[in-house]
Amino acid sequence: MTSEAIYAKLLPIVKTYLPEDIDENNINPDSDLTKELNINSAHLVDVVLDVEDTFDVEFANEDMEKLRTINDAIAIIQTKLNK
Amino acid sequence: MDLDNILAKLPYSTPFLFVDSLSEVNESGATGFYKFKEDSFFYKGHFKNNPITPGVILTECMAQIGVVCLGIFLMEAEILKHQSVAMSTTNIDFYKPVFPGEKVKVVSEKMYFRFNKLKCKVRMLNEKNEVVALGEISGMIG
Repeated sequence: MTSEAIYAKLLPIVKTYLPEDIDENNINPDSDLTKELNINSAHLVDVVLDVEDTFDVEFANEDMEKLRTINDAIAIIQTKLNK
Repeated sequence: MDLDNILAKLPYSTPFLFVDSLSEVNESGATGFYKFKEDSFFYKGHFKNNPITPGVILTECMAQIGVVCLGIFLMEAEILKHQSVAMSTTNIDFYKPVFPGEKVKVVSEKMYFRFNKLKCKVRMLNEKNEVVALGEISGMIG
């Protein structure tokens, strides 16, 4: 899957957990999920659980530690899909 | 881990401890009890001359027994060091009032525990075994 295709599937998941005071137009591949998009740590877990269902992959604790931006998520998903 | 050990590890004290005892805690859930003392601080103001246990206090009691006690057990089972707890989401419906002096039972069922987030279905029952409150609570534990 191309990173564009992954991004397209990832975007609606991120939007689901975006706080009301953050504009959806602020989302871009470099967005930091917690610092810029203000997704809290509990909802970051929800994002990952939805990603696991959508892409049929499983995140490990190490993946969670590496996950900061949407691009990080795309890279992690791509590595797992190519295995 | 024995139940007294879980109680000893709870990070609360009077006037904000809402767990008296636990009857069962395992991989899939927790059950415990609390009696709302007549002289609890919140009855003075909730409501004026008409004391009823506030929903936020019922929610707190459900979270302490259903999520935090279970979380302490699960962290211990994974040999992780338990450091802190924080409520992240609650969605509770209330069905019956709880008056001063009533004893309640709280029963939780684990929905998932991943990346330190523990999400549970939690119900509170009164002494007549009627559902007082029912919903979902999640918290970050670790």
